[in-house]
Amino acid sequence: MPEFKLDNHSVSFLEGQTIMQAALEAGLYIPHLCFHPEFKPHGSCRVCIVHTNGRYVSSCTTLAEQGAQVISEQAEVQRQRRNLLEMLFIEGNHVCPSCEKSGSCTLQSVAEYCGMLSPTLPFQFPQRKVDASHPDTLLDFNRCILCELCVRASREVDHKSVFAISGRGIQAHLVVDSADGRLVNSLFASTDRAASVCPVGVILPKHKGFVEPIGQRRFDLIPISRQQEKAD
Amino acid sequence: MTRISIDPISRVEGHGKITLQQNERLEITEARLHIVEFRGFEKFIQGRPYQEVPVLVQRLCGICPVSHHLAAAKATDMLLGVKQLSPTADKMRRLMHFGQVLQSHALHFFHLSSPDLLFGYDDEVRHRNIIGVIQDHPELAKQGVLLRKYGQEVIRLTSGKRIHGTGAIPGGINKFLSADERDYLQRDSAQIIAWAQSAVELFKTIFYQHQTYHQQFASISSHMMSLVQPNGALELYDGGLRVRKADNTLAYDHYDPAHYLQLIGEHIEPWSYMKFPFLKALGVADGWYRVGPLARINNCNFIDTPLAEEQRQQFKALNNGLPVQFTLAYHWARLIELLHCAESIATLLQDPDLLQGDLTVQGEMQSVGIGVIEAPRGTLMHHYEIDADGLITRANLIVSTTHNNRAMNESIRQVASRYLSGNTITEPLLNQLEVAVRAYDPCLSCATHALGKMPLEVTLLDQHGEVLDRRLKSTVDG
Repeated sequence: MPEFKLDNHSVSFLEGQTIMQAALEAGLYIPHLCFHPEFKPHGSCRVCIVHTNGRYVSSCTTLAEQGAQVISEQAEVQRQRRNLLEMLFIEGNHVCPSCEKSGSCTLQSVAEYCGMLSPTLPFQFPQRKVDASHPDTLLDFNRCILCELCVRASREVDHKSVFAISGRGIQAHLVVDSADGRLVNSLFASTDRAASVCPVGVILPKHKGFVEPIGQRRFDLIPISRQQEKAD
Repeated sequence: MTRISIDPISRVEGHGKITLQQNERLEITEARLHIVEFRGFEKFIQGRPYQEVPVLVQRLCGICPVSHHLAAAKATDMLLGVKQLSPTADKMRRLMHFGQVLQSHALHFFHLSSPDLLFGYDDEVRHRNIIGVIQDHPELAKQGVLLRKYGQEVIRLTSGKRIHGTGAIPGGINKFLSADERDYLQRDSAQIIAWAQSAVELFKTIFYQHQTYHQQFASISSHMMSLVQPNGALELYDGGLRVRKADNTLAYDHYDPAHYLQLIGEHIEPWSYMKFPFLKALGVADGWYRVGPLARINNCNFIDTPLAEEQRQQFKALNNGLPVQFTLAYHWARLIELLHCAESIATLLQDPDLLQGDLTVQGEMQSVGIGVIEAPRGTLMHHYEIDADGLITRANLIVSTTHNNRAMNESIRQVASRYLSGNTITEPLLNQLEVAVRAYDPCLSCATHALGKMPLEVTLLDQHGEVLDRRLKSTVDG
């Protein structure tokens, strides 16, 4: 099998696999947010950035190459990831101390892994609402990082296209496909794949809150680098 | 008329300023404790899901977050239509709160107030602090630190973290106590009771050395409000409201806290963000009251733990069974409660319900939730209203310090009247004023829902509002 080097590790891969896919199969972690093995990668968050062939690329959309040297765990790469993570934090309203996803949040856990413990950029404090119209699920748009996992899950798995991204650049935001834009009037069901794919605290079951005690939350005991998503 | 202003107060969390008004005969006619910062929790939780509230609102305070956590949790129980928690949830929450009151009272007495009592109010400020206590009384300081640590450990094991945990959720709790955790806490419980008992004895020794001075210092007469159990016993977590008037008659007893809006009004003054609660039936001028350890120990018929009850009887004997009104008695009452918490924790830890049972119960959703609890510094009220989607539409929080607002002003006026000489603000006067405020509360930030330490500035104004003197208190301990 062909191989490439990810930092100091030799990684075998199948033709057509991306760097991210091959790394995950080899049990090696590259920080990522919008990538999920169940869905087609689209390289929007850029947190999975690596250095190879003289340039920085997103590892979830770059095909693995025989003999390539891929740098991931290096200071400059981590610095760029921290910059990206900072921007994600300050562009939304991520109030971890009162977020029920805290401890189980991929954004929080990736930030901790990359050493982005507190943003230095000014917070934007966007005005966003909570849509709690659905009887079983609420949407807190304050925490959206535009990863589009819910968009892809709803479209590719649920075949409903309940979610989409509207607007451009800093104005980009998550929207719901219904006459009044509220979840209750969409085709969404709490059993949808889209209901459970959100890596942050946007799509949440209602009335659940902080039922998972501190110490038993997803990333409390095992760090994100040692528990990776699996494709169904 | 002359006015003195003091700003800011050390060893009190928040930010404070005192203005004293003098008349032409150099008598203090009015004292105002200004709270000038603003936090606005009641506003910015609007639009948030109700289940977030117990975790979000506890960020009001770093000293008594569990009390806010539990008051909010009780309010959300009501939103869920839950009238009775499971025995496990009820006992875990009570254990958590005993840990909270224990650690806060230890902090308040040992770290913040014992330097005044041990060294005297005229001691040099560089020495009159917790570092001075550690140097001069290392064993006492160690006991204070470890008492507080024990309370924090109780909080950690019941809520997940020493500060700002998540243990109480709408309708119950999210974890049991494990057998290992129970055993860990039980190992030190006897020592904690012994140290708490020593603390009460220490205060009594200090008190009786200068009994007249301590009884006269900042002494005022007021009504007192607190929760009590149905049998009249001391209660920190639940129960009905009792208001004992200054003449020792009961104005209200076992009053349902959910109807607090019929009982209490909130007066507003333009010079402070902190409101002035009063008993509606008695009006703004006569309806002010005190809350906290002094009110609780005066109000209850008895304490249901033996060592604390013995101390309560000695305390009440001081005024032949009538309410003890002098302000420094807050510390005495606080230490009796410290002992009560230590005893109650030891008793609760023997209860098997902590290790198993139902974590939560469910009910029919309601639109209004009101939770009232006795926080370390007094009665704490959380009131939330939600829309049909479960989002907060209105919130009203009345914290302990706010209940005591008028009383603190009165105590300051009493101290200034007694100790201000001429129209110059002296260092000893600054110290005395601080000591009076600190007897009630070291954390004014929660009352305005404001963040930060509380330095103190005092300003003296004459009858025309002209500044006669101004002094800023800057200390080594902030």
